[in-house]
Amino acid sequence: MAEQPAARAPGVPAAWTKPLRAPLEVLGELSVFFGQAVVTILRPPYRIGLLFNQLEFMAYGSLFVVGLTGLFTGMVLALQFVYAFGLFNAQSLVGATVELGLARELAPIFTCIVIVARVGSAVATELGTMRVTEQIDALETMAVDPINYLIVPRIIAAALSAPVLTMLFNAIALTGAYGIAVLVKDLSPGTFLNRMQYLVEIHDLTNGLGKSAVIGFVVILIAAFRGYKAEGGARGVGIATTQAVVGGLVAIFAIDYIYTAITLSNPQPRGGLGG
Amino acid sequence: MTEPMIDVRDLYKSFGGNQVLKGIDLQMMPGTTTVVLGGSGSGKTVLMKHIMGLFKPDQGEVIVDGENISVMDRQELARFRTRMGMVFQSAALFDSMTVRDNVAFALREHTKLSEEEIREKVKEKLAIVDLFGVEEKFPAELSGGMRKRVGLARAIIRDPKIVLYDEPTTGLDPLTTESVDDMIIGAREKLGVTSVVISHDIGSSFHIGDVVAMLHDGRIVEMGPPEKLRHTQEPHTKHFLATWFGRT
Ligand SMILES: Nc1ncnc2c1ncn2[C@@H]1O[C@H](COP(=O)(O)OP(=O)(O)OP(=O)(O)O)[C@@H](O)[C@H]1O
Ligand SMILES: [Mg+2]
Repeated sequence: MAEQPAARAPGVPAAWTKPLRAPLEVLGELSVFFGQAVVTILRPPYRIGLLFNQLEFMAYGSLFVVGLTGLFTGMVLALQFVYAFGLFNAQSLVGATVELGLARELAPIFTCIVIVARVGSAVATELGTMRVTEQIDALETMAVDPINYLIVPRIIAAALSAPVLTMLFNAIALTGAYGIAVLVKDLSPGTFLNRMQYLVEIHDLTNGLGKSAVIGFVVILIAAFRGYKAEGGARGVGIATTQAVVGGLVAIFAIDYIYTAITLSNPQPRGGLGG
Repeated sequence: MTEPMIDVRDLYKSFGGNQVLKGIDLQMMPGTTTVVLGGSGSGKTVLMKHIMGLFKPDQGEVIVDGENISVMDRQELARFRTRMGMVFQSAALFDSMTVRDNVAFALREHTKLSEEEIREKVKEKLAIVDLFGVEEKFPAELSGGMRKRVGLARAIIRDPKIVLYDEPTTGLDPLTTESVDDMIIGAREKLGVTSVVISHDIGSSFHIGDVVAMLHDGRIVEMGPPEKLRHTQEPHTKHFLATWFGRT
């Protein structure tokens, strides 16, 4: 009994292309969702109360964990750089290098990782549960636009919270690095701080903050999208949450690269190494 | 002859390659309760979501209260939906809000009533569904039957002409089922609403329905008052009903 290859309906692509098509389809749907959300941001009613609820959850609620990860990040950077620069007697570069790395790269990225883990998972789970328990349909039958009511406050709050948390991360990490370098590794405060004034410039900070705002917005948009489109009961919510976290993590590093490539292609003139 | 309140004409709907509705024709008269019976996956919820305007038909139209809702845009639909209330299969209460905030939701969104007036209205609607003193509770603190009642109170808060119920009694014990049935009958008697009830609970359907319609394979295969359906010769309906009457 020979197996007949299943006849393919015209217009239906072969099965092996699925792994290639699936991510593109998701990107397409995500873009449509993004478009809807952006159009809706501009449209009243503006839900200030809900925005503040979300800010409280995303920013205020994340202070402790962001501070803690920042502290350890700064401390370990100090250890590594004191060791590495010690190899060729350049300890005076430790402070500046730590802060450049933090401001441009580590603070925004680590903060956004914390946001994905803590906030993205919560957003996907909450919206997914609302979807599968028909609460989102209920909103619609009561003539309330779910994008306006649920999505917009979350993505705006994310774009505002991420830079604030990044600043906090940066400040605490620098304090931690200073503590280790000066108190434990016996660098003098001057050695640690001196070059920083010359090497770290304000646009290093704003570059990192801008990056964190973009990434924070996108990862919470992804989480909201996954939750909003969840289907199939508790299992579906679980899948949506996993996809939100995985998708968010990939997005962080992809956007990081693109953003950095674009902003570095036109670098700001920088002062010299300093005295 | 009065005009039907809900007039579904030759409605087709498919998802991907899956043809779910294959030409539904269904009229519902003002002030009556119509029950749509059908097996799992027969398209009952899809039909109801067309009546609510949550889905657009591939073909055919849905006329509600004299207006063709199939051609309305978002804004028109939003305005139109104040005439309809929907009670969901899972009640779909907002679990982050108290019962009062749930029931008052549409009032807070769309009217400028004072807090005093809102409290008064919420109390009045909860009384209609026989609930007292639960305003401060959260949905998680209520039983399944009570949640359905709150869902109905929320659906009728703006005095709709039409109330849609998606499987109001599925998953409830016989006593709670009876009380939800009474709630549906009560809502019709006290408010004069046109009710559409989606169900696969035959006992309930025959109890509350003025008209029972049998949905099978995307079409209405039989429709009429409960007594008529009980003696039907239509094979699918007969088969479906035999599971119930065959045993009693
Ligand atoms: N949004 C949708 N997208 C794709 N397919 C859908 C959608 N909604 C329903 N369907 C399909 O339509 C068919 C009918 O679904 P429907 O929910 O109307 O069944 P039902 O009669 O309400 O069943 P139940 O009694 O289990 O609730 C199913 O095969 C389902 O997979
Ligand atoms: Mg259903």
